[in-house]
Amino acid sequence: MDFALTEHQRSIDESVRRVCAQFEDAYWLDHDRSGDFPIEFRQAMTEGGWLGIAMPERYGGAGLGITEAAVLMHAVTNSGGAMSAASTMHINIFGPHPIVVYGDEVQRERWLPPLIAGKEIACFAVTEPDAGLDTGSLTTQARLEGDHYVVRGRKIWTSTAQVADRVMLLARTSPREAQGSSVDGLTLFYTRLDRDRISVREIDKMGRKAVDSNELFIDDLIVPMEDRIGEEGKGFRYLLDGLNPERILIAAEAVGIGRNAVDRAARYARDRVVFGRPIGQNQAIQHPLARSWAELEAGWLLALKAAWAYDAGQPSGAAANAAKYFASEVAFTACERAVMTHGGMGYAKEFQVERLLREVLIPRIAPVSQEMVLCYLAERVLDLPRSY
Amino acid sequence: MSFGQSIIFNEIQGVSHQMKILVPIKRVIDANIKVRVKSDQSGVELNNVKMAMNPFCEIAVEAALRLREAGEAEEVIVVCAGPANGKETLRTALAMGADRAIHIESEDSPEPLAVAKLLKAVVEREKPGLVILGKQAIDGDNNQTGQMLSALLNWSLGTFISRLSVEDGAFHVTREVDGGLENLKLSGPAVVTVDLRLNEPRYASLPNIMKAKKKPMEELTAAALDVDITPRLTVLKVEAPASRSAGVRVHDAAELVDKLKNEAKVI
Repeated sequence: MDFALTEHQRSIDESVRRVCAQFEDAYWLDHDRSGDFPIEFRQAMTEGGWLGIAMPERYGGAGLGITEAAVLMHAVTNSGGAMSAASTMHINIFGPHPIVVYGDEVQRERWLPPLIAGKEIACFAVTEPDAGLDTGSLTTQARLEGDHYVVRGRKIWTSTAQVADRVMLLARTSPREAQGSSVDGLTLFYTRLDRDRISVREIDKMGRKAVDSNELFIDDLIVPMEDRIGEEGKGFRYLLDGLNPERILIAAEAVGIGRNAVDRAARYARDRVVFGRPIGQNQAIQHPLARSWAELEAGWLLALKAAWAYDAGQPSGAAANAAKYFASEVAFTACERAVMTHGGMGYAKEFQVERLLREVLIPRIAPVSQEMVLCYLAERVLDLPRSY
Repeated sequence: MSFGQSIIFNEIQGVSHQMKILVPIKRVIDANIKVRVKSDQSGVELNNVKMAMNPFCEIAVEAALRLREAGEAEEVIVVCAGPANGKETLRTALAMGADRAIHIESEDSPEPLAVAKLLKAVVEREKPGLVILGKQAIDGDNNQTGQMLSALLNWSLGTFISRLSVEDGAFHVTREVDGGLENLKLSGPAVVTVDLRLNEPRYASLPNIMKAKKKPMEELTAAALDVDITPRLTVLKVEAPASRSAGVRVHDAAELVDKLKNEAKVI
């Protein structure tokens, strides 16, 4: 058993940190205030070739695994960019996976190179206002009319739709009642985000203001036949492949934020002198931070273990879900402790930790609630009866 | 069309140098790490400490790459002497864009004179037109290897350079010296050591990290190069610098002047 990152992985970590180091606290704070998309950051990551880390080499990617992608995303959030930085590229890492596996060669040639080269930005439209995790209840309809589909419906929590060129869209092609399983009858498309037929409305939210989250109102969107991925009715099954990588990456991202918060808190605790001594000399300040350090270490190992299992082709569901659950909890606690360590200054934007606390809530909420993760573990690992 | 191309081709032929550039690099403790002395005072703790390429060596690699990209050189060779993990640092230089690497393995990091002798042997094998080194490594701060190498080779030397160009077959350098800037023209072959302001080194991109895995890395030993690298120095004891005592707050300028005169005795 070897817990060390390989030379290659260390080299990835080091290089990513260098790119990210150009984007200082002031950059992220400004973008958090203005809500402007961090174009310069995304451009720097694109130029470094990082968007294609887990995409096949023949389309311009690096062909590496989710372990390397986790190292990448951990370094990205750990830079202080937190989820604002991660979300500019998160979906690029694993999102196009259904195209790689289920798309045909023409589609792969057409879609992957511009995505990897950063020439096109993609967004994902899966969740709906009235159907979150209950994917079987999705109602957005794609109706076949001759050589194309016509799509109508609503989607929610589609990130980067304000700037995206294309959308990966899940829509119902046959009624739920007609299906044996609730996951069938849904079809996956990757198509141009036609703003004449899709109205994109931004959701004002608590944190990560720089990367937009949206509601999509789709009104008679024309989707050519060649924009359908794989077979009709199998779309949701295609997406299932990406669930574990997404949980692993979100865990890595959470750990990166938590560690950044603990570092800031420790620095403040060393420097801030009250009653003639640094506050960090008090155990009441030390112990919570030390606990968070240990917890984040555990969260990181859990994420890496899940990544290792996924890359080795072994079942990774339990580890990926455990990593998402645990890492996002301990990262949240770490950010909360960092704010409290700073006292009043923790509430001031200048010290950044309040921004980290707002953004670190995302891994607890997305891509799936902590409760649903626990349900998965209860059912699949502990063999308890399904509760919903 | 073809006529124009042939003219351009001839021009490039006229000024291009089929020159190799050798860039020796050193693996050191990362500049951002707080250095700790081993408990037995035999040296600095290197176990489980983040290591990186010496920052001045990164600048040297960058300078070599820019000359190659400008058509002034055809190949950039990086070389590192020291323990096996130096290969990792060489790989970083390859990921920045160097063409190939040479690792000279030894148990410990050799002393500057030993490194200079090893480099001389490599220079005799590779016949580069230019050797670019960092002005010093941030661990030992010796600032010796480049100078020693130039003496051993009897080559032109430009130290602490902040500007480098090739004009009419000669190297034009600007040196940062105490009195200001000194401009020198060095006839090749030459050894130069680079200062901080020469350039800003590039980051390795992911595609280049991937390519670096496939670039050649030759492994040599001091014995194979017939160089004696036995240390000439014995380290008796390594100690951390005394920690600074807390400062005092003065109430006005008069008190400050008084303390500087009578306590610190500096004015």
